[in-house]
Amino acid sequence: MTAATAVPSAPVVARRRGLPPALASALPPLVLVVVALLLWELAVRALEIPAFLLPAPSAIGAEFARLTPQIVEASVATGTNALLGLVISAVVAVLLAIAASGARVVDGMLAPVVVALAVVPIAAVAPVFYIMFGSSSETGRVIVVAIAVFVPVFVNALRGLRQVSPVHRELLRALNITGWRAVRTVTVPTALPFVFTGLRQASSLAVISALVSEYFGGPKTGIGSQITTAASGSNYAQAWAFVLGAIVTGLAFYLVTLALERVVSRHRPSP
Amino acid sequence: MTIIIDTPERLDTTTDAVSVDGVTRIFSARKRGAADVVALSDVSLTVHAGEFVSLIGPSGCGKSTLLRQIADLDQPDAGSVSVFGKTARRARLDQDYGIAFQQAGLLPWRTVSQNIALPLQMHRERGLDVAARVRELIELVGLGDFADRYPDQLSGGMQQRVAIARSLARNPKLLLMDEPFGALDEMTRERMQSELLRICGETGAAVVFVTHSIPEAVFLSHRVVVMSPRPGRVKEVVVMERAGAPVGSDAVRDDAAFFRGVTAVREALHDGAAAGQGVENR
Repeated sequence: MTAATAVPSAPVVARRRGLPPALASALPPLVLVVVALLLWELAVRALEIPAFLLPAPSAIGAEFARLTPQIVEASVATGTNALLGLVISAVVAVLLAIAASGARVVDGMLAPVVVALAVVPIAAVAPVFYIMFGSSSETGRVIVVAIAVFVPVFVNALRGLRQVSPVHRELLRALNITGWRAVRTVTVPTALPFVFTGLRQASSLAVISALVSEYFGGPKTGIGSQITTAASGSNYAQAWAFVLGAIVTGLAFYLVTLALERVVSRHRPSP
Repeated sequence: MTIIIDTPERLDTTTDAVSVDGVTRIFSARKRGAADVVALSDVSLTVHAGEFVSLIGPSGCGKSTLLRQIADLDQPDAGSVSVFGKTARRARLDQDYGIAFQQAGLLPWRTVSQNIALPLQMHRERGLDVAARVRELIELVGLGDFADRYPDQLSGGMQQRVAIARSLARNPKLLLMDEPFGALDEMTRERMQSELLRICGETGAAVVFVTHSIPEAVFLSHRVVVMSPRPGRVKEVVVMERAGAPVGSDAVRDDAAFFRGVTAVREALHDGAAAGQGVENR
């Protein structure tokens, strides 16, 4: 509560002191985090909370520092699965969206499939893929990511592909630009900001799916496997250190796609 | 009723730029019970090569619809349209006209020069230096310093100039313009009108120009086609007098001939009985 009440006044103070705007906007959440961490640390010590319930942030930090190479390695393993699934699925989703926007038949065929994919319980299919591809293979995890990522990218891309304004449609006709050339010069560029909005939603989803799929078996390479291993070995601070690694990985995915979205949407109306 | 128009002082032996013959366009009602809308009823019109013709009339009189028939963006239910002696469709496929709309319709992800280059890139001409032609067009519309800007960095008037430069890219002998200055403020609008006349003088293109504005039509045109709504038809064609001042100069706007033209078009629009000098009645 103390942390929350401190937040509203912070920007005013920052502005009055003439801080640069980037710092002024970053300061309030930073203050919140620091205050929350302090309270957490104090609570753990004062109330003598056992580590299996909640380790102190200092303990987690120490573990994070000690295990940094392992955490990075595990993050790269999980991140690779997430990235592969994201890229493969996004390419397929965009191509299918182009087909669906071009032909009503394709749209009609794909619509129910997309609904079906949207409700696939990722947790339930992961074990099935480990049986299909073998427990030493990462393929199942990539597929899990691909399934999770497909729907937001496809739905946003299709919406974007239908945003071509009437005046641009007339222009295409007047200039006799048809078929693939019309798609390339007008339709796809119009849709790009929407595609990136979909990708931004999909990016965090990709990391989460890659991580969750590791809970159900397969090779013990990724950050999800490390969390379960640490937790089952009663190394609670270590488990939390890996959780921290997972958060950083997810954040990295999100920020990279956000940056791409900004670049692409610079000179066009964003969705 | 069919109206055949001929202007004696502009008899041109070359093929007419546009010939509209008895065109009717009916938009069928979507809802059951609603009446069909007759957008154009038996409209005929000839635009000679190099001639500037404005279409004017109240909203819903079919002036934009008529322009769209010429551009082959829409097809008539009866009658025929020919552009330089070809069908409207053939003329569109051959890129015989340039077109500008009320909205500039620029591609926001392309710079000014990339937007102007669009028609040139889509239909490559052998031996044409695209970059040089684009520079020439940018100079023509007075945007020399803005070649690398994006449309969202330009004012409305500048965007419209880019759109006009794009319509001129392939040096068409016919320009179709659907209220291109409709969204601009009065001062920008008058400057753009003068520039358009200068450009037309340089390129010798015929123009079909849709507008709501009587002074705009009078200032720009050789002939003003006055249309009436429901059903859309040509009510009267008013031939403009040559003003004493040089064509396209601002002095024209103060000329007595200009005011006589404005009066004549206004009376034609409002069913006026008195027709001034230089007015062609049905």
